[in-house]
Parts: sequence; C-alpha cells; structure tokens
Amino acid sequence: MTVPVRIAQLSCGPEYSGVQQEINEAAKAVNGEIFFPDIALKDIIRDFEAFGLDVRSPDLKLAIARAKALAEGRIDADAVFIATCFRCAEAAIVRNELRRYIHNNSKLPVVSYSFTERTTAGTLLTRMEALTTIARRRALLARETQQGITLGVDSGSSTTKAIVMKDNRIVGTGWQPTTEVLKSAQDVIGHALTEAGIRRDEIEAVGTTGYGRFLVGKEIRADLIQEELTVNSKGAVYLADRQHGPATVIDIGGMDNKAITVQDGIPGTFTMGGICAGASGRFLEMTAKRLGVDITELGPLAMKGFANHVPMNSYCIVFGTQSLVNALAAGSSREDVAAAACHSVAEQVFEQQLQEVDIKEPVLMVGGTSLIEGLVHAMGELLQTRIMVPKYSQYIGAVGSALLASGFIRDD
Amino acid sequence: MAKVFIYPATSLILSDLVARYGHTPLSSATAIRERIQTAGIESVPLQITPEEPKKGLRWAAVEVPSGVRGRMALYGPMIDSCDAAIVIKDSDLAFGCMGCARTNELVKYLVREKKVPRLDLNYPKSEEEGTRFVAAIKRFLEGLGGGK
Repeated sequence: MTVPVRIAQLSCGPEYSGVQQEINEAAKAVNGEIFFPDIALKDIIRDFEAFGLDVRSPDLKLAIARAKALAEGRIDADAVFIATCFRCAEAAIVRNELRRYIHNNSKLPVVSYSFTERTTAGTLLTRMEALTTIARRRALLARETQQGITLGVDSGSSTTKAIVMKDNRIVGTGWQPTTEVLKSAQDVIGHALTEAGIRRDEIEAVGTTGYGRFLVGKEIRADLIQEELTVNSKGAVYLADRQHGPATVIDIGGMDNKAITVQDGIPGTFTMGGICAGASGRFLEMTAKRLGVDITELGPLAMKGFANHVPMNSYCIVFGTQSLVNALAAGSSREDVAAAACHSVAEQVFEQQLQEVDIKEPVLMVGGTSLIEGLVHAMGELLQTRIMVPKYSQYIGAVGSALLASGFIRDD
Repeated sequence: MAKVFIYPATSLILSDLVARYGHTPLSSATAIRERIQTAGIESVPLQITPEEPKKGLRWAAVEVPSGVRGRMALYGPMIDSCDAAIVIKDSDLAFGCMGCARTNELVKYLVREKKVPRLDLNYPKSEEEGTRFVAAIKRFLEGLGGGK
C-alpha cells in the first residue's frame, strides 16, 4: 500500500451539512487522506487580517488562515481541497480567491467545490482522483512522447472511443455511441486495431478513462485506469503541441463539462460537473434532431446564422428546447436557431463554469463537441480569443490514455 | 429555573455562568481550544447527517445554504424552547464562536423575535468592562426568578 496523499481541507459548512463523511470517503477511495491544517487560535485573526479579505464568517477566516499557512510552507500537504456551502455568496468569494491564492503561491494542486446536503462521495470521486493523481504521479504526467505500441480507451457517457498509438503516432481509431459499456469498448478496440493493422497481443500497454474506466479497465486488464481530468489535459496539450507553458482545456461533454487550466501539461485548477442538460452536448444533439440535420452538420449550419436573432439562454434542456420550438414556430431560420443553440451552450458553460478557473491562452477545445464549429466559434467570441481544436480532438481521452500508458511498458 | 439560550452557543464561560445561577443553559457546549485541528471553529460535538439540513428547513428555506440549515437543526429547537436569552456581540474567538456569519444573523434575529427577556451585551475589552459584564449577567439571571 502506498502512502496516502495528504489532502488539506479548507472549508466552511461541510460538517453541519452532513457531508464531511462523504468527503472523507471520496478521498479514501483514491488513497487520499483528508486533514485539517493545525492552526493556533491566536494566529487566525493575524493571518486573516494579513490576507486582507474582510469576511464575517469565522470558519471562512479559519480557512483563509489555513491557506496562508499552507502557502507559506508552515504546514505540509500534498494537495488542497476547498469546499463551502452552495448558494453562499460570501463563501463563493473566499473559495474562488483561496483557489487562486494557493495556485499562485504554491505548487499544491487544488480543487474547489460547493456542496449541498445531497453531495455524495460518488460526486466527489473524480475530482479527488484527479487531485491525488496530480500529487502522486507528477512523473507519469511529465511524459511528453508515446513509445512502443499502446491502446487507449475512453468509455464516455455518450460515446466510446479507442486509439492505437505506435512510436508517437496515432495509427488506429475507433468511435461509437455508448450502449452496453463492455460491448461498445470491445467494438471500438476491434475497429482501432483493424485500422492500425495491429494484433491485440502486440499491444504493450493499455490505458482506460471515462465513466466506464473501471469496468472496461478490469475487463481488458488495463495498466492504467485514470480519470478524465488529467488524461484529457495531457491528451489536449500533446495533440495541440502545447506541452510547455500554460493552456486551458475545455471539454463540453455529453453529461458533464470540464474546464482545466494546465501548466506544462499538468492540471492546475479545474472544474468539472454538469450544470444542467441545457449546457451540454445533449442539447446540441436534440437541436440537430429537431432541425432535421446530422450532428456533424449542426456546426456549419450555425456558422451561417446569427445567434442574437433568437432568444435562447437556459441551462435547462426543457426550457432550451421550448425556446427552440418557439423560435421555429415564429419563423426563425434554421441557421439562426442552430447558431443560438451553440451560443446558449457556450454561454452557460462560460457563466457557470469558466468563472471558476483563470483562463490562460491558448484555449483548447476537445471532445466530440469541439467538432461543432458553431460552438467553438461562440466560445471564442465569449472568451475573446481564438480557440484551438487539435486534430483527433474527439479522441482526446483515448489519446491521453494511450500516451500515459506507454509509461507502463516494461523494458523486458 | 429558566431555560436560557446563550449566544455564542459554544461559550463555556457563559454556559457555566447560567448554570451557577440555577438556570438551564441552552448551548452547544463545544470547547474552544488553543489549537484548531477540526474542520470548523465550532466543529460539531455530535454526528450530523444530511438529514439535519432537511430538519433545518423549519427555520430556513431551501434556498438557504445547507450549512446554515444544518446549524439551525441544532440551534432552532433551543431558541424555540428558551425562556430567556443572553446575546454577546463581537466576542473574542476564545470566548466562544460560531463559524457561520449567516447563521449567526438568523439566530440573533430569531432570538429577538421570540420576545423573551433578553440581555444584549458587548464583549468586554478591559478589566473594568469585564467586571461590569459579569455583574450585568448576574443581575439578569437573578431577575429571571426560580434560580439560586
């Protein structure tokens, strides 16, 4: 058993929300250990005043003092978890500023989360896994080239993808909608191997990621089973050839979205989570269906329209669809509706999630939705930047897995 | 003998004073320590589960953060059943402290709305103020009747 990753918790409210046990369990599941930085009562006010953010809640003052102690190296930790109550404005300000402060003043990976009493260990698991991976596997994440013959499988909520890599090149791909998790995985692996002209027994190492990573990983005896936050970051900077320096990775998925700031290929801060279906790839699928076009045609259609001609701005898929139907009934063009749908999704992600990370250029969009040109354009407009979409961006998790898996190839 | 709600509810000194004058202190009775090694300044002395924020809905709406509602599941019943209250404003952390400012605002308001005999005091800043502080509490508690 390896030594647990020591995760310093800075928080306000988890105990009285009844979720402290869930946080502990999520950390334990990925061999992490939550601890509360030991701080003297008399130092709280001194450190809080030195920080300069004049909040009222004593537990937030305590969190600030603890953050200072961590950043100044007075307390040892491997990672930081910041958690406060959902819907508390004061806590949201502190959460945001502490995340930024720790990121700028230490090398500690940090993740922040706002919980309710309904938060479970399962909800927190991927975030905790990413946090402990960054802390524990910096050497693995430092890998910049793929070696040998490796297979990467991304068992996602909407689609399953596989990639075969050989000597730092992609030689085989497989993609299909996720139905039965294992069958979908076997199908895409078969397709990727056929395309590569490589036999299964020639594969030297295997990596899996995505929602089905544990099931698929066990079935195909993967060497690396890894959450998608670190894997996608790695895959994105590898494909975009931005392995050094800062970058921001945005992945609007079928079920949840990820926004990750990356430094030298290693995730710094990240947010992950569903906002609601109106801000996901699902809404764009529904839009394409309602407009009678294939999802691959939605992007080019949106590029011909004007988003501001149609009022559409909802993170609920039902209300979003209602706006869409109303617009079509009122005579709006399909192009304008397609553009509005792309803008609406981009706007929800921008407003709800990207505010929690500090956007650093270049901004890379990955995942299946990055192929929807209209969505990338809308996000670029909102962020006032040109967004990069690397080749093979829809295979990002599989590429990242294949790349990292080559670290497991034995020399014998 | 009266049931006296104290604020901060974690103040052992205040709780002790109320008990010494023969009344029942309504408090969470958590010791404030020299060092803080727990999640919060007033870390819970009992097992709070996700059910508590739901129970707290009686005092705060669902739009109120779960940490406030969880605390209200503890402090709400105390306020409901109190016959009197002592509220100390701007107290030192070492005297007793409740971690959430929003809960503190709500607790003080509900105590006020309860319209029971209430003593509002500023936390003493000097020895002289401290003497007057204790004397005021003594007078208040003696005046409630039924005590020692």
